[in-house]
Amino acid sequence: MDSVPSPEPATAPVAEPRPEPDAAAAPATGPQAGPGTVRYLPSTGQTLMKLVVTGPFGVGKTTLIRTLSEIPTLHTEEVMTSSSAGLDDLRGLPEKSTTTVAVDFGRLTVPGDLVLYLFGTPGQERFFPLWQDIARGALGALVMADTRRLADSFPVMDMVEEQGLPYAVAVNRFPGAPAHSDEVLRKHLDLAPETPLVQCDARNRRDSIGTLIALAEYVLTRLPQDAP
Amino acid sequence: MTPGRPGTSGAATTPEPGTPGGRGRRLVPAYLATGGRERPRGTADFDRLTVLVSTDQQPPEMDFGPEHRRLWTLLRPGALTVVECAAHLGLPVSATVFLAADLVGGGHLLARSPVPKAEAIDRTLIERLLVGLRALP
Repeated sequence: MDSVPSPEPATAPVAEPRPEPDAAAAPATGPQAGPGTVRYLPSTGQTLMKLVVTGPFGVGKTTLIRTLSEIPTLHTEEVMTSSSAGLDDLRGLPEKSTTTVAVDFGRLTVPGDLVLYLFGTPGQERFFPLWQDIARGALGALVMADTRRLADSFPVMDMVEEQGLPYAVAVNRFPGAPAHSDEVLRKHLDLAPETPLVQCDARNRRDSIGTLIALAEYVLTRLPQDAP
Repeated sequence: MTPGRPGTSGAATTPEPGTPGGRGRRLVPAYLATGGRERPRGTADFDRLTVLVSTDQQPPEMDFGPEHRRLWTLLRPGALTVVECAAHLGLPVSATVFLAADLVGGGHLLARSPVPKAEAIDRTLIERLLVGLRALP
């Protein structure tokens, strides 16, 4: 299945200007720290919000983020330990098993002094603590799915539901993948009637903005009518 | 006296490894350079989206390590979120939070919460977001 060309080639991140793991040993004037490559926030008076883009490996999370982001997508190396993945337990003690996970993210300035950060988080259950940490305070999640392996998105939807985060499903239309009607997809994904489903091409900007609008509209329906 | 709690009296109390005066050996990556503290004061207030900006007070070399100064230098030209600083410095978010908390404590950085407290996620905010998203080119 993975031999089918996908919009999220596994090699793509290599071409990006990634911070080197040994950056700590490099002089502070290294290319990744140079002012020329850093896109600073235009003002400090904006409201910053975050969304989580999640889904199985290779489903197009990074592609969607790259399509929407005004900055070249960045990534952080997040360290997880087997016992805990909180902010206080990242000292890498050798008796704990540690995993490093790359988390891609991008930034989208929205008219009205809003800045939306999009975090691509791995959908695997073993990353749940990291997932929870990133999703805290997020407006909602986009769960991405591939029509050739819809079931791979089930555990991801379970994780998002467990977190209590409102989500919309974005089905990424891969070239050559079978097309289905929304009704068929909803049935196969076993979606609740109110959960939005959007079909998109994650490489297309209008499509990708459409997934954000669908999610934001849904988030709005879940908020109480009157401010407390 | 609470008999159930061992080690509450007497000099035989074993200090926790890593606490000042503790004898436990810690294997701290050099870049963390958090001075042996479990958690710098105030790190709980930091989020990935906390906005950081440098002040004019350069962190003195005698008090801060090279990583602190890299973070301060990165932020000289403008503001960035914690997570963007982490990505540009090639450090985990947690380590970046440690450094930022130290520098904020010393008056070398200013930090601002992503969403003002009074402006929690509410209908007004989402409506603003929707209007903005629909207006995107």
